[in-house]
Amino acid sequence: MDIMPILASLRHHKITALLVVLEIALTCAIVCNSVFLISQRIDRMNMPSGVAEDEVIQIQTADIGRRADTMARAREDLAAIEKIAGVKNVALSNQVPFGRSSNNSTIKLDPNQKTESLNATMYQGQDVIQALGAQVIAGRDLTHEDNVDLSVVIASKLTVIPKVVVISSGMAEKLWPGQSAVGKTIYLGDKPMMVVGVLRHLVRPSIWDWNTADYSIVIPMRIGATPGTNYIIRTAPADRERVLQQAVAALKVINPNRLILKKRSFDEVRREYFQDDRSMIGLLVGVCVALLVVTALGIVGLGSFWVAQRRRQIGVRRALGATRANILHYFQTENFILTTVGIAAGAALAYGVNGLLMQHYELPRLPGAYPAAGAILLWLVGQAAVLWPALRAAAVPPVVATRST
Amino acid sequence: MFAYNLEMALRSLKRNRALTLLMVLAIALGIGASMTTLTVLHVLSGDPIPESSAQLYYPQLDPRDMDGYTSTSKPPDQLSYPDGMALLKAARGTHQALMTGGAVPIQPAQSGIEPFIEDARYTTADFFPMFNVPFIFGHAWASTEDAAKARVVVITRELNDKIFNGKDSTGQSLRVNGHDLRIVGVIDNWRPNPHFYDLNMSTFSEKENVFVPLFTARDLLLERNGSSDCWGNNGNDGEHMETSDCVWLQFWVQLDSPAKAADYKEFLVHYSQEQKALGRFQRPPNVQLRNVIEWLDYNKVVPGDVRLQVWLALGFLVVCLVNTVGLMLAKFLRRASELGVRRALGASRRVIFTQLLVEAGLVGLVGGLGGLLLSLLGLWLVRLQPSDYASLARLDLPMLLATFVLAVSATLVAGMLPAWRACQVVPALQLKSN
Repeated sequence: MDIMPILASLRHHKITALLVVLEIALTCAIVCNSVFLISQRIDRMNMPSGVAEDEVIQIQTADIGRRADTMARAREDLAAIEKIAGVKNVALSNQVPFGRSSNNSTIKLDPNQKTESLNATMYQGQDVIQALGAQVIAGRDLTHEDNVDLSVVIASKLTVIPKVVVISSGMAEKLWPGQSAVGKTIYLGDKPMMVVGVLRHLVRPSIWDWNTADYSIVIPMRIGATPGTNYIIRTAPADRERVLQQAVAALKVINPNRLILKKRSFDEVRREYFQDDRSMIGLLVGVCVALLVVTALGIVGLGSFWVAQRRRQIGVRRALGATRANILHYFQTENFILTTVGIAAGAALAYGVNGLLMQHYELPRLPGAYPAAGAILLWLVGQAAVLWPALRAAAVPPVVATRST
Repeated sequence: MFAYNLEMALRSLKRNRALTLLMVLAIALGIGASMTTLTVLHVLSGDPIPESSAQLYYPQLDPRDMDGYTSTSKPPDQLSYPDGMALLKAARGTHQALMTGGAVPIQPAQSGIEPFIEDARYTTADFFPMFNVPFIFGHAWASTEDAAKARVVVITRELNDKIFNGKDSTGQSLRVNGHDLRIVGVIDNWRPNPHFYDLNMSTFSEKENVFVPLFTARDLLLERNGSSDCWGNNGNDGEHMETSDCVWLQFWVQLDSPAKAADYKEFLVHYSQEQKALGRFQRPPNVQLRNVIEWLDYNKVVPGDVRLQVWLALGFLVVCLVNTVGLMLAKFLRRASELGVRRALGASRRVIFTQLLVEAGLVGLVGGLGGLLLSLLGLWLVRLQPSDYASLARLDLPMLLATFVLAVSATLVAGMLPAWRACQVVPALQLKSN
């Protein structure tokens, strides 16, 4: 197909053609960046927690009034939950992955260091690793012999503290790149603790920097049943609902005067943590679809106009021997040229927008696959949109050439 | 003349119903999306306390040790207990209050209501006059009751409705975490957004229904909410917060003139120097004194996603407008012969231009109406979202007017180019052929 006549004809419609190109370019730039943002959010929402997610449930409670001997009551609660059929492990922990509320500390490798090595979150409790189903990939798991009572820690004014900890692999890799963390020592303030094991993952309860999401320490410490602490229960996926009900009932039997703040499966914990990201994805998808529809309708509208305007011209071409297919291809090629120019401008614009986003939101550079996919998408949309006007053009009979309008 | 233009415009729009519908729809979608996101931004970046936001200041000091010190370190976002008490006792402002957030279990005496947890604010007495908190029953507690650790409490209308069926409950007692506190006042609906005085809590959805004097709350060891940052080696266990090296309190001071604010900043520097001389502070004086709006900006309270959504919607609006410009251009040029005849019959360019703009404005007006409906739908969708600011997303009068102004002016600007282009038609050329 000779494109020279098409270009000549487009020269007569410079402004309109430019507008189509502009619209396609803007659509391309916005859609590329939106889809990139969507993929970033999806990656984020699927980030590993290190938890056996389909086996874990959380119950958060609070007592009314200050009650004495929180340690004994924790033991009683844990024993009662352990007795429920199907419970594999149960722990009382100060915090839960993706649970938002967190306790964090700065970590040093040398007590005389002036600036901290990093900031990590501290999971405190007994059997936390087993109850969460976190995987130990180096060294050993924590045992009951490692546990120290929180009440003892406080009474001793921090002179008696747990001697060992397990840390997540993200944190281990940051502190000792390429080395084994097992046997190394970290300092919380000036208190040394030895790393005895490394977890594949254990995500923070609350993430403000995605690079440090996997910086977690598990401290073997029996804590008391104080308001806001969490019972973490591990059970078979099918038993979760039943175990949750029975555990809540058991806790209510021990102390009817307590409030259940949260009772949910880990699936819900994750869902709630990422709810804003999910809304954002919905919005981005909605805008992309609306953009493509508006652009497509614009092409249909303009195409119909051009066809109506050129009816006589088309009739003359048909009378001079052009086939229907020739006419159809003419309009399809015209659309392809405009779309291609639009896509080229749009890809450049997409990188401009991406540059701005990189400055204000922690976003990486847009990979080339996105503009490429955007190009294919817009070519398809453009061809689909122009099909109807082009078919109408092809249906113009040669006799039109002989009629005067 | 305008009526004539309007009639011509209507005729022309009717001639191409599908195209008109397409233009109106594109404008409506673009306006609807833009207004939805702009309304959310407008609500979230509003002034929470417009009558006095310029007089309310949030002092920051740096009491930390030299660990991690750099000359560009920012002072912590909260105050330690000794510093908060010092600023409170200095009483240099018209009002000042020291506070922190918390949560308390409430056990209503009425048998029908199960115990429940309420968010609470533990504060000194000036909180109420300083923030102009309206009371429906009773009054705030007095400073003397702060010092006496009086067992008193102020509750909100919402809680009063829930427990006392809206009757005047002052003088009655409320069982808070196992202690009886005497209700001295019930405050009316008062919910500044963002929750500027304590940004550690959820910024937009915070609803504190219980107010307890700070020292009473500490005396009763009521559960605290919010963040605490500690340094040095003494950990904090919640019970010894007064003596630990931790920042965990918010302090607000009312300073009625810029001169007083400058004096106050001077005072903060002197205080820091004095504390350093005493050996309590180790870092050089590093103070900040921000008013409400500056404090909100500093803390970037508007979520980044909300700004991103606004840009996205505006980008979408631009595409919709470009789309409309293209369609209008094609449409106006199609009528070149008609316009040519009118020009030949003596219509000036200005008349033609005005007529075409009326047509564009009409599309904008109808599009704006559609956009308004779509933004109501959009805001309803936003309110269904779980975000903490969702319930605030409502269209107010200024935004409603803005919708129309934006829609009509955007379409008029969009109509400018096609109308101008159509006016360039040479009458003779159009009359010659056909």
